[in-house]
Amino acid sequence: MEVVRLRVNGDERVCGVPAHYTLLETLRYGLGLTGSKQGCDKGDCGACTVIVDGRAILSCITPVWEAEGREVRTVEGLADGTEPHPVQDEFDLNGAAQCGFCTPGILCSSVALLDRNPSPTRDEIRAALAGNLCRCTGYAKIYDAVEAAAERVGGKALEPVEGSAGPRRAPVERMGV
Amino acid sequence: MSRRDGRGGAAALSTIGRPMRKVDGLAKATGRARYTDDIRLPGMLHGKILRSPHPHARILAIDTSRAEAMEGVHAVVTGRDMPTPYGIIPWTPDEYPLCLDRVRYIGDGVAAVAAVDEDTAIAALDLIDVGYEELPAYFDPHEAIAADTGPFIHTPRKPGRNGNVTKVVQLEFGDVEAGLGDSDVVVEGEYFFEGTTHTPIEPHCAIGLAEGNGKLTVWSATQVPHYLHRELARVLEMDPAQVRVIQPPVGGAFGGKSEPFDLEFCVARLSMMTGRPVKILYTREEVFYAHRGRHPFHMRYRTGATSEGMLTAVDSKIVMDGGAYASFGLVTTYYSGQLLTAPYRMPAYRFHSTRAYTNKPACGPKRGHGSVQPRFAFEVQLDRIAETLEIDPIELRRRNFIGANTRTVNDLRVTSNGFLECLDEVERASGWRRKHRRLPFGRGVGVAGSTYITGTNYPIYPNDMPQSGIQLQVDRSGRVAVFSGASEIGQGVDSMVAYIVAEELGVPLEHVRVLAGDTDFTPVDLGAYSSRVTFMLGNACIDAARKLKAQVQEAVAAEWEAKPREVLLAGGLAVRAGDTGTSMPLRDAFNLAEAEFGTLGATGSYNTPKDVHGDYRGATIGASPAYSFTAHVAEVEVDVETGFVTVDRIWIAHDCGRALNPVLVAGQMEGSAYMGFAEALMEEQIFKSEGQGRAGLHNAPSLLDYRIPTSLDTPALESLIVESLDTEGPYGAKEAGEGPLHPSIPAIANAIYDAVGVRMDSLPFSPPRVWRALRAAGVAGGRREAVR
Repeated sequence: MEVVRLRVNGDERVCGVPAHYTLLETLRYGLGLTGSKQGCDKGDCGACTVIVDGRAILSCITPVWEAEGREVRTVEGLADGTEPHPVQDEFDLNGAAQCGFCTPGILCSSVALLDRNPSPTRDEIRAALAGNLCRCTGYAKIYDAVEAAAERVGGKALEPVEGSAGPRRAPVERMGV
Repeated sequence: MSRRDGRGGAAALSTIGRPMRKVDGLAKATGRARYTDDIRLPGMLHGKILRSPHPHARILAIDTSRAEAMEGVHAVVTGRDMPTPYGIIPWTPDEYPLCLDRVRYIGDGVAAVAAVDEDTAIAALDLIDVGYEELPAYFDPHEAIAADTGPFIHTPRKPGRNGNVTKVVQLEFGDVEAGLGDSDVVVEGEYFFEGTTHTPIEPHCAIGLAEGNGKLTVWSATQVPHYLHRELARVLEMDPAQVRVIQPPVGGAFGGKSEPFDLEFCVARLSMMTGRPVKILYTREEVFYAHRGRHPFHMRYRTGATSEGMLTAVDSKIVMDGGAYASFGLVTTYYSGQLLTAPYRMPAYRFHSTRAYTNKPACGPKRGHGSVQPRFAFEVQLDRIAETLEIDPIELRRRNFIGANTRTVNDLRVTSNGFLECLDEVERASGWRRKHRRLPFGRGVGVAGSTYITGTNYPIYPNDMPQSGIQLQVDRSGRVAVFSGASEIGQGVDSMVAYIVAEELGVPLEHVRVLAGDTDFTPVDLGAYSSRVTFMLGNACIDAARKLKAQVQEAVAAEWEAKPREVLLAGGLAVRAGDTGTSMPLRDAFNLAEAEFGTLGATGSYNTPKDVHGDYRGATIGASPAYSFTAHVAEVEVDVETGFVTVDRIWIAHDCGRALNPVLVAGQMEGSAYMGFAEALMEEQIFKSEGQGRAGLHNAPSLLDYRIPTSLDTPALESLIVESLDTEGPYGAKEAGEGPLHPSIPAIANAIYDAVGVRMDSLPFSPPRVWRALRAAGVAGGRREAVR
């Protein structure tokens, strides 16, 4: 067992884990943050993507000690209190999450993108998500969600969201490719 | 996304037909949704399965004593502990939770351990000693079928038979030879569809918990909790009323989690032995070996037509590579022929399909089960007929349209049919008329059509009970709970039932709670397969909601001294028709009904009509209460120097009956087209043969080497929803989850031909294959004229 100190979603965490643990294993099994997923355990699928010091990284191939002293953000840390991050909300509105298993990783890649480039083109979104495999959507609805979130982040936004189950406010036409 | 509203429109509906949030959308977008591997129980042990290193061998002895003695190991289980054979199809039970005396593919489960942690479990597997006697193995289905002496892969069901054959189906409708003889044109071709696998991003996972009181709970990433419930009880010799299956949200399935797997039996048995909860999570490599994906098909087709392009007869012969076990193979063998008979009228049709066992992981149902492969071959044949007769390929398909409210040549009842509208939509949206045969060399467009079932008409085990059931319960606060046995695998079924409840009862969506996939608390739904859920569970949900609504209307009508039908439930209110000044909050209306009738709730169920097929042997397989229809146009670019094919865009027009939520329907259409595109260009579930290293070993069991499309590979996808409003579907809905996959592959093949004049008859259309085909046709950076 090794004692690791991590800063996760704004909290200082101390945790004892086997020396060979990855960041993903530490998050999931050490800290109970199961939002980050394991799809392949070898860096191929991107379901484990988290944000470390502002960059989207693959937590399943990151030894946990590499994350010590850094700022780790996971899907659980994207919302602002009870207010979901615009990307999270737009994922719901646009049907960008079907099974939802790749979603936490794609959200982290998207937030890392928007944090450094608040108004990305569709090609820039495609490039930023190239390390995240989605098997359900064909990616189209994911691009729509990220673009819609970028509009909100950039201030050209739609109305703020009321409740969690109201109808989407954007016109259907926007969902075409 | 555009949408073509068939008839009537959705004006009278408040929730149905509108883009709504999903009931689990935010839970999935915030990391709160708990999948099976996210569950940790106190004292939980971790299990691992020891797998066969041989493609075919007898097990001579298994010694588990060294593993059992290891510190941290709590139990070891072998096939002898669970000696009851099972199989998803009750007529072909040919596998065991762990192999008894024979292994049939590299990766077949032999023993399992439960240990204090995963590392210990993995280390313990090395201490299990298994003695094997290797047997000759079969990797080619033709060689397996040709074998005349044993040892066969399975014991023949009758002496003298070939134990390497799972199933043979031969059916003929009309006079095929006469039809072909009378044709003005007959095209013949051989086609090969390579096997592919589902590759859900969530690996299979299960947890078993045996309690001292004789109860067993299994959590599993399954898409068939009811069938799993039955098989667990049968194989473990338990009272089914003591077995509970819980299906948490499933991280993708696509048919790959639609039968019991070794891990579910093992966690149950290991928990029964230890009294501790036990979890097994497959590695990604194990997911590739678990497989049950698309069968490789070797197909031969002959198709005849008149000079006007009217089909006369179709003849097919198919050899299917089934892998080591039967799985759904009996159904696959029928589907390979039965589902080809629409959307085109065929006066005569014959198919002869044989499924062989081979010493590779078993094939089973993948999205578009059994009918994607024949559809590829047949739609390429239609393209060749159109070319020979100089008829536009879309026009040829229109001429052969089978129509609505009709019967196919194999006597399947077809109800609504929006296929012509699908053709119109893709023709218009793609700019077909200015593109087909008019694009510069290297670019092309192709079209294809298809049909698919909206649920199988019969359950897997014969019974007369409903295919789908649901239960509603109303709280005094106005909250409506839905108890649904259906499996949420990402397709949106939990949301679908919530939309229906909101529509029928007028409650706001946020007042509807869905509790799903728990056999202790939810009525039976047979599972998320065969595109059955929206149609069947949707109808069951309408049934329940309308019973409940009638009680509310009656109670409120008594209060208002009105007729029940004058009480409308909408927008969170009960309103008197024609008198909007008279209304009350729905909560009050529910309370009145509870005072009148007692605790407020209702059940609903759906079963299929039984007059939708013929009465020949096998007529029930392929029968469905309704059929969806699809057309695609694909636009491609072919690099003649490298053989690299780029698909720029796929236009997908799909008759889903009615889009209950157009966002979710478009998502299914896009996901389907993506998956078809992936099979067309990239994916191969292949195994090494002798001379390539260890025969039977998976060629690429990782997500790096088994190439599924990334965001950079996937073409632009344009969804064109067509609504034919089926008379028996819920609000007219049919299906959208599987049908829209089918035409992707032949549309791309036909587009490649339009681009470079080369017919691609073997999948996938990978650069080496396309390059070789271009060279064989004498195309080398040349011009279109060189080959036309």
